[in-house]
Order: sequence, then C-alpha cells, then structure tokens
Amino acid sequence: MAIEEHHGPQSFISKYVFSFDHKVIGLQYLITAMFMGLFGGGLAVLMRIQLASSPDDPLVAPETYISLVTMHGTIMVFFVVSLALVSGFGNILIPLMLGARDMAYPFLNMLSYWTIVPACFLVLGSFLVEGGAAAAGWTAYPPLSALPEAVPGSGLGQTLWLAAMTLFIASFTMGGLNYIATILNCRAKGMRLMDMPLTVWTYFLSAILGTLSFPALTAAAIMLMLDRHGGTSFFLPAGLVFGNEELPHEGGTPLLFQHLFWFLGHPEVYVLVLPAIGMAFDIIATFARRPPFGYRMSVYSLLSVGVLSMVVWGHHMFITGMNPYVGEYFSIATVIITAPFAVLGLNMIASIWRGRIRFRVPMLFALGIIMVIGAGGFGGIYLATSVSDIYFHDSYFVVGHFHLMIGVVTLMGTFGGIYYWFPKLFGRMMNETLGKVHFWLTFPAIYTIFILMHFQGLSGLLRRYADHSIYGFAEVGKTLAPTITYLTFVVAGTQFIFLFNFFVSIWRGKVAGDNPWEATTLEWAGPSPAPHGNYGPTLPEAKRGPYEYDPAQEAGNDFAPQAS
Amino acid sequence: MASGKSRGFGLFFAIVTVAIGVAVAWGFSRGWLPEVASEHGKGVDGVIHYLMWSTGVLFLVGHLALGYFIFKYSKDQAQANAAVSHRTEAKAAIAPVLAMMAVSEIGVLVVGLPVFDEIYGEAPADAITIEVVGKQFEWLVRYAGPDGVFGKVDPKLVHDSRNPLGLDKKDPAAKDDIVKRGVVTIPVDKTCVVNLRSHDVIHSFTVPFFRTKQDTLPGFTARTKFVPTKEGQFELACAELCGLGHYRMQGKVVVMNNEDYEKWLSEQESWL
Repeated sequence: MAIEEHHGPQSFISKYVFSFDHKVIGLQYLITAMFMGLFGGGLAVLMRIQLASSPDDPLVAPETYISLVTMHGTIMVFFVVSLALVSGFGNILIPLMLGARDMAYPFLNMLSYWTIVPACFLVLGSFLVEGGAAAAGWTAYPPLSALPEAVPGSGLGQTLWLAAMTLFIASFTMGGLNYIATILNCRAKGMRLMDMPLTVWTYFLSAILGTLSFPALTAAAIMLMLDRHGGTSFFLPAGLVFGNEELPHEGGTPLLFQHLFWFLGHPEVYVLVLPAIGMAFDIIATFARRPPFGYRMSVYSLLSVGVLSMVVWGHHMFITGMNPYVGEYFSIATVIITAPFAVLGLNMIASIWRGRIRFRVPMLFALGIIMVIGAGGFGGIYLATSVSDIYFHDSYFVVGHFHLMIGVVTLMGTFGGIYYWFPKLFGRMMNETLGKVHFWLTFPAIYTIFILMHFQGLSGLLRRYADHSIYGFAEVGKTLAPTITYLTFVVAGTQFIFLFNFFVSIWRGKVAGDNPWEATTLEWAGPSPAPHGNYGPTLPEAKRGPYEYDPAQEAGNDFAPQAS
Repeated sequence: MASGKSRGFGLFFAIVTVAIGVAVAWGFSRGWLPEVASEHGKGVDGVIHYLMWSTGVLFLVGHLALGYFIFKYSKDQAQANAAVSHRTEAKAAIAPVLAMMAVSEIGVLVVGLPVFDEIYGEAPADAITIEVVGKQFEWLVRYAGPDGVFGKVDPKLVHDSRNPLGLDKKDPAAKDDIVKRGVVTIPVDKTCVVNLRSHDVIHSFTVPFFRTKQDTLPGFTARTKFVPTKEGQFELACAELCGLGHYRMQGKVVVMNNEDYEKWLSEQESWL
C-alpha cells in the first residue's frame, strides 16, 4: 500500500462504528469482551454463592445452576477470552508489530467484528426465553442438548446457543484467515518470519489452528440443529426412552458429537493460551532488558505444540466409551506436549537470567504467567494420563486445571497486554499504583482459587453439582468451598479497580511519549497513540532482530529498535 | 526505578515465588484422596502419587530457579552479555525435553499400563457380570438370575414403575432376571464386570472409593470392571451432566462377603 497522504475516516460512524481500522476494531473487540466478561464473571459469582450457601436455603434452583455453569463456560471461552486476547489484541498488535498499515483485508476484518455482535446478543438473549438458557454444559453433549425432553434449557435456549456458536466460528474464521494473510504478506521490508516478535508467531499459530479446527464444530452445530428440528439422527441412537415413550430416532451416536466438539475444543485451548505466552515473552524481554532466551527453540516448540494439539483431542474422552486402547494412544500422544511446553517454560525463566529487571505492572503479570503455566502444565499430566484421569474426570481437578490454563494465563496475558500496549493505543499511561493494587489483589487470590479446586478434585468432588450435601465422599474437599467463594468476591471486586483505571486513563492518564517502555519492536517505531495508518508517511523497515537489548549498557542506551 | 527499591521488591517477589512453589507442592501431598476400596484403585492412587512426586519436584525446582533469578537480576547493575549462541540455546532445551518425556511417559506406560490392564483387560473366568442402566435420575441394576443369561430388553416395553428395564416376557432368559433400583450388591474380592447402558442421556457410573468412572452412553454398551477389597457401603454418583437431577443421582454399592452375597442373591425375586 503506497499511501502518500493517508486520510483517516471523518464521520463518527465510519471512524468508530463500521470502522476498517484494525486498532478501532481491536478495541471494539476488547470492550465487547470486557462487557461480556462482566456478565460471565457475574455468573461465576452467582455459582460460587450457590456453592457456599446451605442446601436448605439455596440461591438458585438446580436448573438455573446448570444454566449458569453452561453459560459461564460458553461466555468466558468464546466471548471473553477469544474476543479479548485473540481477536482484540490480535487485531491491534499484528499490523503494528509487522510494520504494516492495516490488516490484509480491512473489510473482512470489520465484517468479522459485526458477525460477533449478533452472536453476543443471542447468547445474552437466551436467558430471557422460555426454559431459560442452554443447560447442557459448554460442551453441549447430545442427547441432553438435542432433546427438549431432556432438560428445560434444551428448548429455544439451546437453539440460540447453537446459532451463536455458528456465528462465532464464522467470525473467527474470517479473523483467522485475515491474520494468516497479513502475517505472510504484510511484514515490513526486511522482516523474515524468524524476525517476527514471538507474539506474532503465537497469533500466526493460533490463526492456523483456529481455521483448521473450528469448522468441525460448525458442522456439528448444523447436524445438531437438524437432529433437533429436522428429524435427523446424527447423534441420536435407537432406543431413547423419555416418560415411558420411545423416541423415533435411530442410527446415530453421541460419541460422534464428542469427537467433533473436541476436535475444535482441544486446539481451541491452544488458540487461547498461545497468544498469552507470546505476550509474556515480549513483555519479559522489555522489562528484563535482554532478548528472550532461545528464540528459535521457542518458535520450534510453538510449532510442535501446534501440530500436536491437532492430534490429541481424544484425551477429553477416555471414559466416554471410546475404545480404551484408542484412549491409550491419545494419552501417550498428549503427554508428549509437555516436552515443548517445558522448553517454553524454561525459556521464559531463562529470559530473566542476566537481565536487569524493571518491576513495572506488565512485568508482574508476565511473571505471574510463568508460575501459572507451571502449575497448569503439571496438573495437565494428571489428566492426560488415562489411568489417573479415570478418577479426575469431571471432578474439580479438571475445573481447576483448565481455569489455570485458559482462565488465569489468558487473563494475566490480557491484563499484562493492556497495561503494556495502552500507551500505544491512547498515548497515555495507565496508573501504575492502581495497576499494582490490581495485580496484588487479583493474582494471589485467583491462583489460590484454582489450586484449591485441584485439592477438591483430589478429594473426589464432582463438578456441575448444584449441591453436594447428600454425598459423603468429598467431605474434606467440600470444606474448601466457602474459602473459594470469598476469594471469588475479592477477584471480582478488584476488576472494578482495573476498569476504573482503564477508562479514566484514556483521558486522564499521564502522557506517555512514543516509546515509554524503551522497547524495540516495530509497534514502538511510530507515534503513540498510533494514528490511522499507524506510521506517518513512510513505513518502518526491519533492520535487525526484534529483541536487541543489552543489559551490559546503562538505561536509555541498552536497546536498539528493530527499525533503526 | 531506583536500584535500592527495585532490589527490595525483587527480594519480596522472589520470596513470594518460592513460597508459592513450596505451598502448592506441599498442598498437593496432603492426603486428599478418599480411602481406596478396590484392587485397581490402589494402582490408580499409585499413578497419582507417582505424579505428585515427579512433577512436584520439577515444579519446586522451577520455582526456586525463577525466584533466584528474580532476586539476583533485580539488581540494577551491568550484566555480562546475555546473548548466547543458537547452539547453546538448543542444548539447553535437551534437558527439559528429556525430563518431561521421561516423567510423563513413565507415568503413562510404566506405572500406568499395568493398571490400565486391570481395568480394561480380560476378566477372569470366575468374574460376576452385572448390568447397570442409567436413566434420569437413578441407577437400575440387573442380575442374570440362575440361568446366567441376561434376557432380551425392548425400549418399547419400558415403563418406569411396571418394567423399568423393558424386559421382554416372551424371552425365557428374561424371566429369571433380577432388577434392583439404586443399589449394586456384589461380593468382596471377586472381579465384578459391569455392562453399562443408558435409556436417555449420557450418565457416568462413578464410585469414587473404587476409583471407577465410566460413562453410560445411550445406544451402546460400555464396560468397566473392578475387584472390591473392602466390605461395606460405598457411594455411587453420576459424573456426567445429565439434567436437572444430576446432582442427586445417587446410588450405593454394597459389598458383602461371598456367603452373604450368595444368600442375598438366592433370596431375590425375579422382576417378571
């Protein structure tokens, strides 16, 4: 794009609503995710109140509780973490870090955002329909999700859920194709793939994994829709009996849906978690004032994680009735992922070695990510080993584990990223003290919550129960529930400090300057806030690697920007 | 940031890091597991304990390294050039790859596989076989009766109160089948094979004290087996979200000595 005079859009509608500008679209995603996050987080608070209340005086009825569980999972995975970290930051960062003026297909980009908006309305609206929101879990296994006889939420609520998921995948596929095209075609002059910041690498892999795996669920969603409304039997076998009546279905199997769901579901985990890891590498490099340790090995590890993540989905299905010997293959393959992950983890730790650490807010969140990846990663081995998974399956151990990985790691990444790139977007800094308060109230509490859930899972406590009181086997785990609930209040309340800091700093924050963190990557080569077109009349060129920091030099003199 | 302040904070953060490592590793080892009452359950616990030890040590080492680096490099002073060659970086990756492959594959193959065989392998000739059917929201248990053959069932005949399993009266093998609601009665120290079916949605047959869990899928017969090692009553629960009553789909497993079991079985009347 040779743009001599780059005029930005003038009207409010074209500038802020139907914008083609990747930064505006990224922010739209981010703010949509914040709104959905308030809602999804609110559902979590309600669930925790229920679990800490006495069974004689429950907060909500059991049918409402399973709807809360279902919609909390759906909203958080697909409409908060995906939107904030992958779609939001992906849009903001990819062109900036590549030294491009925009994404490869700006119109497609806008379309992708405006496809997700109706999906959000469908999800939120499903709480208002008869029978309530979907209640078959975020995994929506049929027959529960296929038959209105099976559970009240399986009425219109489930239909809206399926429609929302289909729109989400359509939106995400448009975004993913755009990421891949941008990364392959719009890099600055002189930037080879191996000169890209690790954040961009992780978005590259995320986009590839997403576009390869997500369409499987589109197919599953349409088949399930047909089973529900078209009289087909893709997922419904013969012999289903409800209220002494046999249903006319025959020939299908729910196992097929589980395969299709997890063919999306497992890569989805990596789609979410990889960008947080990439951001942590970039943040650590800036604040440890040294290049990330083992850039190449990290890239190779990310590639191996990507390849492996496509062939291990069956580890979610060890006890489903799938042939256990097939399960054993999935077990052997899954634990191989620990090897590249260990390389990534150790490279992160070693990226501090011989550095000169500056403990600014983004760095605190990045260091938190290292610790959580340790706990989440090792906890994953308990679940990937098919024999121990028999005990842990559908227990709070699983809940604790995946929340650490796709809840806490991604949340820490999102927060770290917001504090770090805020000056790029708005030309102002977020308040440092409030940022530290935010970190110290959020991180220890949220980490403790999910570690305690591992202990509950070890004691046998089963998930998706509105009330555990009639069971005796997880007695010791149950006693932890009130503590977890109190910590949830702390975490939830603290996020208002963050929101206050975010919105006030947009207008009142300290003016930042173009490169406030003395960072090297290309997004800091242009003015901050980045104008429409990102860089004045001439685009930056990549003249060196992305991380030329030298901790042997004094501050101010210890870095060489990639564009210089 | 002034160097002194940074140093103090570095020490603080390093202590927090190490404390987290110690607390989590210690916490895991606190004996959360409920008592075990089956043969293969001991093996499952063995795998869990193996993982607690091996990953616990690695977890602790990682946190110690991270804490040490955070403290040491919080000092604002010139460091030797941190750039190392690609070769050195590649070599540094060998140790974690080997360590993780060893720890995790030993868990799956060496410690895990014998237990896997106990759960999914061939049952011995003297094993008893029962059928458990999940339906919203209770467990139905069927014994083959004196003829040792499970009779035919037909979903069309299912009636909650009169014929919960839909046994076919025309099949002679069905006539002596014994059907119980919510209680699985079995002898101690004998392999018990459970064939699992479902009438409606997916349930999961879960006996935490046995470390047993197997989904029941409609249209499909799944199988699990175990050898109870203790007499008594053990809770049976559903682990797969199955609807409104999921949380109260409770049953129990009663384990008695062989004589009592034979006596109990002979006293049961057939359903039809």
